[in-house]
Amino acid sequence: MKKTSVFGPTTALAAMVANPLAAQDAVGIDDKVNQVFADLTGPFVSLIFAPFPGTSFPWIVMWLVIAATVFTLYFGFVQFRFFKHAVQLVKGDYSDPNDAGEVSHFQALATALSGTVGLGNIAGVAVAVGIGGPGATFWMILAGLLGMASKFTECTLGVKYRNEYEDGTVSGGPMYYISKGFNELGLPGGKILAVVFSIFCILGALGGGNMFQANQAHAQISGIVGDYPGWITGIIFAAVVFAVIVGGIKSIANVTEKVVPFMGILYVGAALVILIVNYDQIGWAFGQIFAGAFTGLGVAGGMVGALIQGFKRAAFSNEAGVGSAAIAHSAVRTKEPITEGFVSLLEPLIDTVVICTMTALVIVISQQMIINPETGSYMLNEAGTAIATVDGNSGVALTSAAFASGISWFPYVLAIAVVLFAFSTMISWSYYGLKAWTYLFGESKTSELVFKVIFCVFIVIGAAASLGPVIDFSDAAIFAMAVVNIFCLYFLMKLVKTELSSYAARLDSGEIKKFTH
Amino acid sequence: MTVKLVVGLDGTETGDRALAFAKDLASKIDASELIAIYVIEWSPFTFQTADENAKRHLRREEEIELATSRIVEPAVSALRKAGFNARGIVRHGDVAETLDKLTVENEGSQIIVGRASADGFTKRMFGSSTQNLVMHASVPVTVVG
Repeated sequence: MKKTSVFGPTTALAAMVANPLAAQDAVGIDDKVNQVFADLTGPFVSLIFAPFPGTSFPWIVMWLVIAATVFTLYFGFVQFRFFKHAVQLVKGDYSDPNDAGEVSHFQALATALSGTVGLGNIAGVAVAVGIGGPGATFWMILAGLLGMASKFTECTLGVKYRNEYEDGTVSGGPMYYISKGFNELGLPGGKILAVVFSIFCILGALGGGNMFQANQAHAQISGIVGDYPGWITGIIFAAVVFAVIVGGIKSIANVTEKVVPFMGILYVGAALVILIVNYDQIGWAFGQIFAGAFTGLGVAGGMVGALIQGFKRAAFSNEAGVGSAAIAHSAVRTKEPITEGFVSLLEPLIDTVVICTMTALVIVISQQMIINPETGSYMLNEAGTAIATVDGNSGVALTSAAFASGISWFPYVLAIAVVLFAFSTMISWSYYGLKAWTYLFGESKTSELVFKVIFCVFIVIGAAASLGPVIDFSDAAIFAMAVVNIFCLYFLMKLVKTELSSYAARLDSGEIKKFTH
Repeated sequence: MTVKLVVGLDGTETGDRALAFAKDLASKIDASELIAIYVIEWSPFTFQTADENAKRHLRREEEIELATSRIVEPAVSALRKAGFNARGIVRHGDVAETLDKLTVENEGSQIIVGRASADGFTKRMFGSSTQNLVMHASVPVTVVG
């Protein structure tokens, strides 16, 4: 997920400065919408993001991290024990050649990754490191490693309890495993919880998976070409998304799905180039990360400040426990649902442990954050809220400056990457939202079309206005998905354990074996 | 000795010529069976949207049905009509690799294919399926021009 308030409302405000009359009206409408939304949703947002008393640590982050720890322990460190097996599954070593042409493990993983890798990895990490210092990276990696067990749990259930229809299509996700799983265990309330999850999923899809992306993409584009009204970006994005999800113009989706992984590889490649060029500083950078993790190295909040930022970023970036990935992974063709669980645990590894860490290392090595030469600790900005940077950059601008220090033209590539990531995230979340919608309202063509049109309308709204409270609410909805999903996973994890024991025994006995390809 | 000839079909005129050649050869060497294979080009390592994934099983069935009814069945019935023992196989995968693997699995003695149908950039970059087959096949390959 790409939740980071890196651009804020400045873009829309700047656009309004250019046209004062329109600005007056627009501000008036924005203010009204903001006010209504803030009044209606404020308590919900405050509840989801409420910090523990006396701290700034949001309880929802702890909820996700504790769940990841519980799943890690309950499944006996499945993310390490079955890591090699997960890689073999993705390579296709265990795929039956007679199933060729079906969705492969690799394809399901790549699709799910395109929904999570993006702005969070680029801008979000900069926010975490900028506030929590290099030490935040250590906690981010730890949370990413633990999150692998959450993904394993939810994605196994996603495949096990999906709906397979007569026409050969599939629908899966938390709403299906919650209702069917609770039913199987004889527990009450499964249907209601599934409905509540679906509602949050729709809201999350329209918000974090749509409006937030449109808003950030517009901010990125206007940052390069100059300010212009956001609705123009919105209309263009909406038209393209409409062409893909309603018009079924596969060529656009195909191009995106091919370009986005390329952008991801280019991003990691550029980070590697910078790290190789500065190889003599890698040891120092890791030293900063470890020292910062336990001392804070002068950041606001010290060690706890670093820990909060790291945990927060990992949880927000890889979506482990949110339930969205279970929808994407459930399309795979396999006789063993747990194999997709193994494959999915690679997702937080790639998203958080690899890509986020790369970003963090480049930022640390580029020395954009100012160190006090006398104390060796980081200097804080004037407000004392974050580490002072060379040009006062934060968020995506800090990442951009860090990469530019090694490869001067890279910010342009980064800008294109951000826009494409935003687009691919919208496509992914349009599907997640649609599945929740059809769970509630049925799988008819009309029902699907209604959601898709609503989705496109929200793109325009998201790009056109800086509706802070609306976006806050959307993010809260995504994390509310995690509240329902994880609550249910605690009840359903025994079903996954049964699958795991059975599969592990058959793997050990040689009953499950590799195919010769 | 039983001789099984494998014919790689590609739905084009060159594939038809390969079939005609196989018929001719089979009658001369008294082959025991002719196996007509059509491989639908597919890789498990491509990128797809979630929606495409959800509908993939359905699409796969449609692709197999189409390839069977339009390409393989007409070829097999033509062979049978001409008095040969024939059957057809449709499979997804890398064309050269899959054709070779199916030949080995079915104990084919020789593969007969049409010359390359790919052209331009693709051919220059990756070579054609025919070229790849000739380079890596486990049994003799006859390329019909």
